[in-house]
Amino acid sequence: MKELRLMKGNEAVAEGAIRAGTDGYFGYPITPQSEVMEYLMAEQPEKRTGMVVLQAESEVASINMVYGAASTGKRVMTSSSSPGISLMQEGISYCAGAELPCLVVNVVRGGPGLGTIQPSQADYFQSVKGGGHGDYRLIVLAPASVQEMFDFVFLGYDLAFKYRNPILILSDGLIGQMMEKVELCEQRPRNTVFDPSWTLTGKTPDRERNIITSLDLDASQQEKHNQHLQEKYRKAEAEEVRYEELQTEDADYLFVAYGSSARICQKAIQLGREKGIKIGLLRPITLWPFPKKPLAAIAPRLKGILSVEQSAGQMIEDVKLSVGCGIRVEHYGRMGGMIPSPEEVLENFEKLFIKK
Amino acid sequence: MTEEIIIAGFGGQGVLSMGKILAYSGIMQNQEVSWFPSYGPEMRGGTANVTVILSDERISSPILHLYDTAILLNQQSLDKFEQSVKPGGVLLYDNNGITRHPERKDIQVFLVQAADASAKMESTKTFNMVVLGAYLKIKPIVELASVYKGLEKSIPKRYSHLLEPNKKAIEEGQKIVKKV
Amino acid sequence: MDIKDIIKPENLVYQKTKLMTDKPLSYCPGCGHGTAHRILMEVIEEMDIQSETIGVAPVGCSVLAYDFMNVDMVGAAHGRAPAVATGIKRCWPEKFVYTYQGDGDLAAIGTAETIHAANRGENITVIFINNGIYGMTGGQMAPTTLEGMKTSTSPYGRDLHSMGNPLKMSELLAQLPGVHYVTRQSVHSPRNVRRAKKAIRAAFEVQKANKGFSLVEIVSNCNSGWKLEPVPANEWMEENMFPYYPLGDIKVDGKLIVNQ
Ligand SMILES: Cc1ncc(C[n+]2csc(CCOP(=O)(O)OP(=O)(O)O)c2C)c(N)n1
Ligand code: SF4
Ligand SMILES: [Mg+2]
Repeated sequence: MKELRLMKGNEAVAEGAIRAGTDGYFGYPITPQSEVMEYLMAEQPEKRTGMVVLQAESEVASINMVYGAASTGKRVMTSSSSPGISLMQEGISYCAGAELPCLVVNVVRGGPGLGTIQPSQADYFQSVKGGGHGDYRLIVLAPASVQEMFDFVFLGYDLAFKYRNPILILSDGLIGQMMEKVELCEQRPRNTVFDPSWTLTGKTPDRERNIITSLDLDASQQEKHNQHLQEKYRKAEAEEVRYEELQTEDADYLFVAYGSSARICQKAIQLGREKGIKIGLLRPITLWPFPKKPLAAIAPRLKGILSVEQSAGQMIEDVKLSVGCGIRVEHYGRMGGMIPSPEEVLENFEKLFIKK
Repeated sequence: MTEEIIIAGFGGQGVLSMGKILAYSGIMQNQEVSWFPSYGPEMRGGTANVTVILSDERISSPILHLYDTAILLNQQSLDKFEQSVKPGGVLLYDNNGITRHPERKDIQVFLVQAADASAKMESTKTFNMVVLGAYLKIKPIVELASVYKGLEKSIPKRYSHLLEPNKKAIEEGQKIVKKV
Repeated sequence: MDIKDIIKPENLVYQKTKLMTDKPLSYCPGCGHGTAHRILMEVIEEMDIQSETIGVAPVGCSVLAYDFMNVDMVGAAHGRAPAVATGIKRCWPEKFVYTYQGDGDLAAIGTAETIHAANRGENITVIFINNGIYGMTGGQMAPTTLEGMKTSTSPYGRDLHSMGNPLKMSELLAQLPGVHYVTRQSVHSPRNVRRAKKAIRAAFEVQKANKGFSLVEIVSNCNSGWKLEPVPANEWMEENMFPYYPLGDIKVDGKLIVNQ
């Protein structure tokens, strides 16, 4: 029997967290994602599954609680919005360096600085190019629906443990605040088996003690560690690219857009096709690793590509790197919390590519 | 079928919950739905609006520029969204506190005096349900049975005594709505 | 007599301080923030130090304090106001520098900055609005939230066992040698407003005399977060907040007041 609910994106993340067998959630209130913790506190998951929920004193504390909790091998996560995620960057870098599996959710709002609380996609660079210090990568999942907010918690944990790496769910205020129909799945049990090769469970006579650290003062060892990390990232690039193509078979033009922008573009495509302009959509689901190959494969059939983001143009750099110089790639977007309407996207596409 | 609606008014008018009940009703009938509100501190006593979409197909953009129906419950909202109704579309409004009435001739304008009606019924909290009733009379996109189920789902148990007044308010709205 | 005959300078009994701008306050009706703003600005006006004063706005409902306070101001990141104020004061040691912060800002995310600015005896004044909740973000639990108090992140009431104890920041800070003056006031009645204003004046005098860190805590209401209308909110505050956060001086002239 399908279990259907009408939920906000933020609530879906929270319910997903419980059902995915999360052991610990640590967070701090910030608009537009406060509903995640509010939902969790109201649901009392300690009674449902034994999951721990703690309101920390700051995002710095939250991510370091995650760092500690992740070192036990349990499923742990945090969520925040842009200013809070900026504060977490040091901790995220430590998690990546120490190879700790964990989940971070960013419900992006407009910046820079305190910015605004309205939806934005201006944290793309921070998310995919490494927001903290050092050579590390996060696998970045970009949900475009409330359903995916729920589903990606599960996917996120699978990837986090497969790669022993932090996973970022990059959402935005639109997906976080909107309600849609969500199909919920069964409760997944919490972890009971902890990998003795690295988790901190207390040293037993049958194994060496485990140490979680990102420090190695010996540069040659630190380089080896970095090489190991890079191998992991190459593997993720080979195996984890996820994307969705819509109406690309006959398309003359392509929109590339993720998250809420992808939804807006779908409508813009429909409006364009009503006018006889054949546009398709490539929606990256993983922003890192970026769907370079699929994009390169469609590009030769196209007359132009429009990268649509709620930013000044960040993802367009990855689009250009993917398709090379043979095709025209332009950007359209709004900034600071403004959301473009489908009509507006189409109009600007036409200005750039159709009318001269 | 796809119905794209904007509902806009003052903060405490129940704009968001009316949208939520519509969305719930859609789910009861196996439709796809989306609900996107204005949010944040600007909602305190200010204006609130919500975009609701019900469709038989997967919903693309949850935010729109043009709507099939606009339900506008104060002057600011009327001023802001009158031009956003698609030609031939529906504008439903309450004339309570309105000084500039809808002017467009290429759309269908309906009036529901919901503030009056809910005051007469001595339950001003059901204002939004009178409006919902009026809307469903104009566009019966969901069955009343689904709406009542939606209501049950969205009203917390401790408020279950409000179910009946809400149903009455919906019926009242259906009776008093008129074309302008 | 015509109304115009009454509106004369010699009949003036009250005038809004010129140090409040004409912009309508964005606070909820009945909220204490507006009163606290006003008396702070009155003190600066009465001391005639507008041209020598720099304020630091927090992140919280008073994030827009600079829209209402007619002095030079800077908006700090959430919790960092004491560090920002330190930076300003070290560059302008002869000027007056104050922060205006909520309890989430000062006692949660900014605890480290608060304690270290105090411990350095930083010669600044902190106005601390304790309403026991995060007003701005929609009523979540604050470090100051009382036991059993319901908020959106403690919907069944604050449970001391899992969520910790309400934090008495003023008492904690008063222990530090660098701290010269700490007092706890409220602005919910005319008498309390007068007292709170005197306290703010005293704090600025400490700064003027270069004696170190001064802090005025104002226990205030949050009608929206507490889900109470203004009058019941003030009654609730008297019955519940004041017993835990008693009003009065905590440290004066660098000496702890006993019997607190
Ligand atoms: C780094 C960061 N985290 C979280 C927030 C969200 N935030 C804004 S105000 C606030 C709390 C405000 O509460 P308080 O300081 O008590 O002030 P009040 O609104 O109650 O006056 C929070 C958590 C933020 N702006 N920046
Ligand atoms: S939310 Fe609370 S603190 Fe903020 S303005 Fe309203 S009453 Fe004041
Ligand atoms: Mg507060």
